[in-house]
Amino acid sequence: MTDPMIDIRNLSVTFNRGRKPVKAVNGVSLSVNSGEVVALLGESGSGKSVTMRSLLRLHPKGTTIEGSMRVAGKDVTELSARELADYRGATVSMVFQEPRLALDPVYTLGQQIEEAIIRHKGVSRREAASRALGLFEKVRIPSPERRLMNYPHEMSGGMLQRSMIAMAIACNPKVLLADEPTTALDATVQIQILLLIRELQKEYGLSVIFVTHDIGVAAEVADRIAVMYAGRIVEEGKVADVIQNPKHPYTKGLLGARVELAHGRDRLITIPGAPPDLAALPPGCAFAPRCGEAVAQCLTDVPRLTATDGTASVACVKYA
Amino acid sequence: MINLVGEPTHHLPVGERGGPAQPLISVKGLLKHFPVKGSGFLKPKKVVHAVDGVDFDILKGETLGVVGESGCGKSTTARLLMQLIAPDRGEILFDGETVGETLPLSEYRRQVQMVFQDSYASLNPRLTIEESIAFAPRVHGVPAPKAIARAHDLLHRVGLEPVRFAGRYPHELSGGQRQRVNIARALALEPRLVILDEAVSALDKSVEAQVLNLLLDLKRDFGLTYLFISHDLNVVRFMCERVMVMYLGKVAEIGERDAIFEETRHPYSSALLASMPKMDPGERTLEPPLSGDPPNPIDPPAGCRFHTRCSFAEDVCRQTLPPLTRISGAQSAACLMATPNSGHSRAPAQLEA
Ligand SMILES: Nc1ncnc2c1ncn2[C@@H]1O[C@H](COP(=O)(O)OP(=O)(O)OP(=O)(O)O)[C@@H](O)[C@H]1O
Ligand SMILES: Nc1ncnc2c1ncn2[C@@H]1O[C@H](COP(=O)(O)OP(=O)(O)O)[C@@H](O)[C@H]1O
Ligand code: SF4
Ligand code: SF4
Ligand SMILES: [Mg+2]
Ligand SMILES: [Mg+2]
Repeated sequence: MTDPMIDIRNLSVTFNRGRKPVKAVNGVSLSVNSGEVVALLGESGSGKSVTMRSLLRLHPKGTTIEGSMRVAGKDVTELSARELADYRGATVSMVFQEPRLALDPVYTLGQQIEEAIIRHKGVSRREAASRALGLFEKVRIPSPERRLMNYPHEMSGGMLQRSMIAMAIACNPKVLLADEPTTALDATVQIQILLLIRELQKEYGLSVIFVTHDIGVAAEVADRIAVMYAGRIVEEGKVADVIQNPKHPYTKGLLGARVELAHGRDRLITIPGAPPDLAALPPGCAFAPRCGEAVAQCLTDVPRLTATDGTASVACVKYA
Repeated sequence: MINLVGEPTHHLPVGERGGPAQPLISVKGLLKHFPVKGSGFLKPKKVVHAVDGVDFDILKGETLGVVGESGCGKSTTARLLMQLIAPDRGEILFDGETVGETLPLSEYRRQVQMVFQDSYASLNPRLTIEESIAFAPRVHGVPAPKAIARAHDLLHRVGLEPVRFAGRYPHELSGGQRQRVNIARALALEPRLVILDEAVSALDKSVEAQVLNLLLDLKRDFGLTYLFISHDLNVVRFMCERVMVMYLGKVAEIGERDAIFEETRHPYSSALLASMPKMDPGERTLEPPLSGDPPNPIDPPAGCRFHTRCSFAEDVCRQTLPPLTRISGAQSAACLMATPNSGHSRAPAQLEA
């Protein structure tokens, strides 16, 4: 077997700025093969975005990062400032939930894409402009010539997200990190963007980590799902297996609470309580205070992510 | 564990005047255009057609869901119902009485309360949550001890133990807890209609399910009626008896839940439903049901507003504004394919009376 495109081992990220240190990511291991799409599924605050930003080394100074990350054979933690500038965009690029925050409001979209192409590919401005036009056509922006001359505020959310995707693939990266790219969009636009990402992923053979809190979105795009809870991956497996046959009590709870299952019933089955405070995690399994299947051991030992068969793993004493 | 503190307390002055069969709210020709900044003076005057003539009823005791793409006028409709903004045209009947005429505004306002998406922005950070909940009743002349006692009842009712939570400030609560406080606060004046504008959208899925259950319990126990705005069609299907689909400031289709979800008549509603992600990776969506974004509400298309994206559009659709046509007792749609003798090739022939 070839090396995975993304190989995260035992990653922990601690922010030290508040009153108490916050361990937002707590021993995450995840690998993504070349051409594979993995959905990172979890509720807000579970550490999905922090994991993504770690892969681009976008954390503020003073953040403690432990563990190792290799992407396309490079050790991400060892990259020099120069190497990092090349790595971002050319090896790995990212699409965010809020494209407006990721774009510069005072430059047109054309200028921003051309700039990125020139910086990474060293081509002439004319060549960059023609590539930018090709990219806008590729992501199916209507009247692309005119749109390239637009400023971000002149575009709708869906159009802006298409531009972000165009920019993300501008320098032929190997890896695309998509952090809830459709969460702020309407359902009709969301499905367009999901299909576009799926199509580009196939065409360019991209490895993708697709962050979402929506199981349906994961089902539409991913080959595998990794479920995060309180900074840890609690279950991982093929998309259909996780959705049809979840193993971890949290995943089971999330899937069981879905309103689609409630037809004819007048109440939803719910997971009691709320996710824990990351600055004061319970000592054992982070899900124990909400878990109906907890035993004494759950209160003291953090369960390790353990393979249940060749393709799936679960972090729960019941499967240890 | 949850005991029912609040027995229904609706012995209200305007209760049931129109009888149980009368809609609680009947909206007729409601219209709100917002002037666009920088237009008008020397330039052509432009307006956003935010709500562009809508008619609908909210029946007593039901939950009416409102769905549609961003900007189609859901929140503006809600704010008009709340009388937070004045309509340009149209009237609102509350239990048979015209709001602002036979029913004084002040009396109407007590009956209609709203919960917004952003649980944080809607609470005063300097008030403890019991003070927040007791605030409106105090303004309405309820003595402090009574208002506080009622706040505690409500906190209990929404699943927040008063001994633990009453004295906390909003920043000391989680999003789900804050939204429970907002719900308690909306109930403090014993309203009959509660407007929930994306009230659960910002919550985590596991917490959202808890709050939805709470809303169902409260509705039953307090005899409430809900207007439930959401972009999540699955949630709407679970929560609502009837559903209204809006497109660019107009009603595209309205009717009973099962009719809307299973016998959809408006092509826009169909596309919206088909856009929901499939839960089965073996049944993935292959083609986007709709292309493009919704058109700009400053300059909406003439005729049927959906014609620029509708795969059934014909010439007549570009000229004729489809009226909201009753299809059955359960459903009305604004599409020329549902309007007898409209000139659309798929229109039904006029039925003899
Ligand atoms: N005060 C205002 N001034 C000008 N335009 C406004 C104002 N309020 C709303 N609009 C415009 O009216 C239209 C309808 O807005 P509204 O907030 O009702 O949409 P919505 O259906 O609630 O959308 P969303 O799903 O994004 O909440 C939009 O184009 C919006 O930009
Ligand atoms: N720069 C930062 N400083 C301190 N805490 C942070 C920072 N970035 C994220 N966090 C915290 O880390 C946790 C995980 O955040 P995040 O990865 O953004 O969650 P999500 O899974 O919703 O993407 C949250 O509790 C968040 O508040
Ligand atoms: S380890 Fe224990 S508490 Fe954690 S999910 Fe498994 S059974 Fe529940
Ligand atoms: S009236 Fe015409 S354009 Fe409008 S929804 Fe019906 S078929 Fe489509
Ligand atoms: Mg995030
Ligand atoms: Mg709104």
